[in-house]
Amino acid sequence: MRKASPGSLRRAFQPWDDTNAKPIIEFRGVTKRFGAVTAVCDVSLSLYPREFFALLGPSGCGKTTLMRMLAGFETPDEGQILLDGVDITAVPPHLRPVNMMFQSYALFPHLSVADNIAYGLKREGLPRAEIARRVEEMLALVKLDGLGRRKPDQLSGGQRQRVALARALAKRPKLLLLDEPMAALDRKLREATQFELMDLQSKLGTTFMVVTHDQDEAMTMSDRMAVMDQGRLVQIGPPDVIYEAPANRYVAEFVGDINILEGRVASIEGDLVKVETGITGTVELDEERPTLAIGAPVLIGLRPEKIELSHDEPAGDLNKVAGEIWDIGYLGDVTMVQVMVGGDQGQLLKVALTNRTRRAARPFAWEDQVWLSWDVEAGLVLPP
Amino acid sequence: MSAPVAPPARLGRLLVAAPYLWLLLFFLAPFAMVLRMALSDADTALPPYAPHFEGLARLGEFFARLDLENFRLLAEDSLYGQSYLYSLRVAALTTLIALAIGYPLAYAMAAAPRHWRPVLLVLVVLPFWTSFLIRVYAWIGILRPDGLLDMMLGSLGLTSEPLRLLNTEAAVLIGMVYSYLPFMVLPLYATLEKLDRSLLEAAADLGATPATAFLTVTLPLSLPGLFAGAALVFIPSVGEFVIPDLLGGPDTTLIGNLLWTTFASRDWPLASAVAIVLLVVLVLPLALLQQARLARGGP
Ligand SMILES: Nc1ncnc2c1ncn2[C@@H]1O[C@H](COP(=O)(O)OP(=O)(O)OP(=O)(O)O)[C@@H](O)[C@H]1O
Ligand SMILES: [Mg+2]
Repeated sequence: MRKASPGSLRRAFQPWDDTNAKPIIEFRGVTKRFGAVTAVCDVSLSLYPREFFALLGPSGCGKTTLMRMLAGFETPDEGQILLDGVDITAVPPHLRPVNMMFQSYALFPHLSVADNIAYGLKREGLPRAEIARRVEEMLALVKLDGLGRRKPDQLSGGQRQRVALARALAKRPKLLLLDEPMAALDRKLREATQFELMDLQSKLGTTFMVVTHDQDEAMTMSDRMAVMDQGRLVQIGPPDVIYEAPANRYVAEFVGDINILEGRVASIEGDLVKVETGITGTVELDEERPTLAIGAPVLIGLRPEKIELSHDEPAGDLNKVAGEIWDIGYLGDVTMVQVMVGGDQGQLLKVALTNRTRRAARPFAWEDQVWLSWDVEAGLVLPP
Repeated sequence: MSAPVAPPARLGRLLVAAPYLWLLLFFLAPFAMVLRMALSDADTALPPYAPHFEGLARLGEFFARLDLENFRLLAEDSLYGQSYLYSLRVAALTTLIALAIGYPLAYAMAAAPRHWRPVLLVLVVLPFWTSFLIRVYAWIGILRPDGLLDMMLGSLGLTSEPLRLLNTEAAVLIGMVYSYLPFMVLPLYATLEKLDRSLLEAAADLGATPATAFLTVTLPLSLPGLFAGAALVFIPSVGEFVIPDLLGGPDTTLIGNLLWTTFASRDWPLASAVAIVLLVVLVLPLALLQQARLARGGP
């Protein structure tokens, strides 16, 4: 597989770093307003052929609006959208080689499942036999074989979603826009569909832009992802960069779980930054931040899975702090422990423990006095 | 625990029965009376028909005197047959023209900005606020030779002679379409307004031009409203008699006119027979319409 494992920060496929690569889609300073609401604000973004791009953000941040502009249903108030280098801002939707899977599915209620899938193919004027063959292929792909003659209202929510997906895929567009394509699927089917989508992409060379609320989904499938907030793209990058090196507190907190400590820069010695926080004392971080000034306020981000928990004070040159367990949440694969550090009025820090054994007695209990420790490379410095 | 389940259930049954009771009381009972009259003979007595119902004891005698004489007369006199056919023709034309005008109208209303729609709706039903008769009389003023229409066309230099529309079939159709158009527009508007916009976007996204999207999505999804509107225009049009009476001429005799004159000449039994046949003539196209709808799998 062409996907590099997270953490390596090196991939075979990264056209966005190649100055010669031609983007298939380019947003140039695109802004869209609805009355007083600015749904999309000054977005500039390039998508590359065969890229799998995920759009992540809270409800109402403008994800659907961004996609609708690409599909041609909304016109930008400012800026341009280019497809293969050509400005398509004025091209009507039915002439764009872009297909969209609607958040509301928008299945034709008077047509059967098969006719829904065939709708776009008929518009292309393909021969009947070819249409029938492709419809069968699509039905098989989304595991709806045999349901072709049903009407949409005779399907479950998840099945409807799969029809919408099949209908958008059937035309084999250059660019496929998926607005929360798997929200109604169960986990098994979702994983299978994710895999199918990725497989399909390598077969057809389609470029995907996917909106999702599911971070895991965005992480596994995408080559790059963008985090949106109130119409702006806050950060664009490969999933591991977004997770391990978020640009600011918003991204850090939106993607995954994170503990945030407030502090001031105490000293900088080469790569080693020392930050003084009131609650945990001095924290050492291995970070290249030449712009940091001594005494400047900063935030330290610390992912729960990067903290070690122990009853005895750990030896060695680690960041460490003592605390008391306030809460233990069992989540199956991990256990999330909340530890109060810096006394009763201090701060709760989350620590994730991997549940490696099935039946071993839980090593930690409520009100245990414990030590938290982490490596100098675990924490990251965020602008305040 | 003795849960009082029975009362709600009984109430439910009563509620279900209500429309049937209504139908029994206000449709079937009068229908039976009309049928009985249609099978009777005209009489100069009061009421002007015979036989009269004279108690259960003489029930056999009563039934023996009923016959199909009036229906035979309807079948033999070609005037009635022609009139039925002509009524169907006028009603069908009225429905088609109302559809041709009403569909674009309803479509435009449903496509108008949301805050305009109530205003447009009021405009459509506004004519109902004046008397139907007055509005039809107004058409006489418009259509008569040297009336409003002739004056306008003349002053625009489009015609040099009066059009002589009044007392023709065209005048009847104009009056009928004018009167029944709202019944076409309202159900169509209701279905078109409910139409999910995203379906049209999906069609466009899949490569359909606006025209194709209309034919493959909007039109099929508006068929229920179209059928309802067509029925609401067609049914009263077949039996209409005021408009042809006022705007029509000697050769635009609809079955409603015939029924009215027969009734006015105190031949109640024959008039009743005309009414019964009219009902059958109406039920047949409606049944066909319903059949078509069921075939489509619609409601
Ligand atoms: N047609 C419209 N008219 C007015 N406001 C709109 C319209 N469409 C979207 N908005 C507003 O624009 C903003 C962005 O909406 P959008 O649908 O793009 O959000 P989203 O990120 O897709 O949210 P969700 O995750 O809930 O789908 C919202 O504040 C929304 O209320
Ligand atoms: Mg959305």
